[in-house]
Amino acid sequence: MATTEEAPTRRRYPWPIEFYRSAVGKKWVMALTGIALLGFVVAHMIGNLKVYFGPEDFNHYGEALRDLGGDLVPRTSLLWALRIGLLGAALLHVHAAYSLTYTNWKARGGRYRQRDYVAVTYASRSMRFTGTVVLFFIVFHLADLTWGTAPVAPDEFFRGDVYANLVASFERLPVAILYIVANLALGVHIYHGTWSLFQSLGYSHPRFNRWRKGLAAGLTAAIVLVNLSFPIAVQVGILEI
Amino acid sequence: MDVTLRVWRQDGPNRPGAFEEYFAPGISSHASFLEMLDIVNDRLTLDNREPIAFEHDCREGICGACGMMINGQAHGPQQGTATCQLHMRKFRDGAVIIIEPWRAAGFPVLKDLVVDRSAFDRIVEAGGYITVDTGSAPDANLVPIAQEAAEASMDAAVCIGCGACVAACPNSAAQLFTAAKLAHLNLLPQGQAERYIRAEAMVDTMESFFGSCTNHAECEEACPKNISIDFIALLNRDYIKAKWRNGRLAAQR
Repeated sequence: MATTEEAPTRRRYPWPIEFYRSAVGKKWVMALTGIALLGFVVAHMIGNLKVYFGPEDFNHYGEALRDLGGDLVPRTSLLWALRIGLLGAALLHVHAAYSLTYTNWKARGGRYRQRDYVAVTYASRSMRFTGTVVLFFIVFHLADLTWGTAPVAPDEFFRGDVYANLVASFERLPVAILYIVANLALGVHIYHGTWSLFQSLGYSHPRFNRWRKGLAAGLTAAIVLVNLSFPIAVQVGILEI
Repeated sequence: MDVTLRVWRQDGPNRPGAFEEYFAPGISSHASFLEMLDIVNDRLTLDNREPIAFEHDCREGICGACGMMINGQAHGPQQGTATCQLHMRKFRDGAVIIIEPWRAAGFPVLKDLVVDRSAFDRIVEAGGYITVDTGSAPDANLVPIAQEAAEASMDAAVCIGCGACVAACPNSAAQLFTAAKLAHLNLLPQGQAERYIRAEAMVDTMESFFGSCTNHAECEEACPKNISIDFIALLNRDYIKAKWRNGRLAAQR
């Protein structure tokens, strides 16, 4: 007796979920969340430059962030919306990275005895390492200067006195070194990420591909130089209480 | 010239393998890499030893059968050529040459330097076809194709399916192969009917065998046909459109 069996059809989820299930989709998500996180890093860096205007300007800037949206929205609501969005982007970015790493380790068929890479860069090979360093650094950084959690935060931590907290924290030499190392890792991560996200999003063209390396290098240099300047300025005494 | 080979020897699938060393004196510097292996194999056969198994066919760089990791580079140190087009003059006299099979979970080793690349056939089967009218043969040049589209399509169609892109990829991803096969048809008018069915089917099949692209661009350097990773960007574009469109089409059934 002939039987006609219907091929088992898997339930189709809404297309964003279907898309995220694939590795190509995860790379899209990594690129888009990467842009969001990169935007935060740039905004955070520009805002922090206000520290060079002195304690009043810098503390006023900290207050202004809580007042985002002015009288139109409840106080701190817009800031919390941004924080939640950022947290969501970070979680997706890390989940996609974790999942893709697992896929790729499974796809490997053993190591070569000898392998001479031609195109890879230190940045592209170390994304998983630098990303992990940055992840742990973010937790440290939040405990240090946002939550004021002992023993990570300086003893003098006072909520709202952003300038004094920053100076007190960076006056500790090991902490200053940790910030410098973490920001170098962030720079390496951003260098490959900025170049790579265009490819993941399908924007690769000989006409503007040479720009991508320049954009990645320029962005990395700007972020690393400005971010390193803060702990160094405190250590050499340019910024003090 | 005299060379020393360190070659991966493996009796069969899922068998343990190991490197063996062979001294090969008196090789002509005009010999191709495969001819050098032929000479070594002749000598091994005369010694009643098992010759080194490797794949080869056209020996002019157009079939994609040959391919091995030579001194840590797919198809050896010469850029833009297959193993058969590599000549011994690229090595110095007395060189030690390490020869390994492609290594990827999607390319299991069959014997020595021969790997099973049928995963590539599965990817092509999934979407590497077009719909044509049957009946009498159509007139030539019936479908107008812009010169630029034809050129771009040909740049993708030069892929010989050798597997060097997978072998060179730190993630064992087959993105460059799949992108080339997909772009070859998706850039032409004849390929439009199945364009998005093809994109979804080929990428999903690819991902069931291979890793994912992390944009190292190592495949582009390894490719004997110099296929650009710009085609991978096209694959990424077509795949997201495919997921969106095919999802909507499924809802109409």
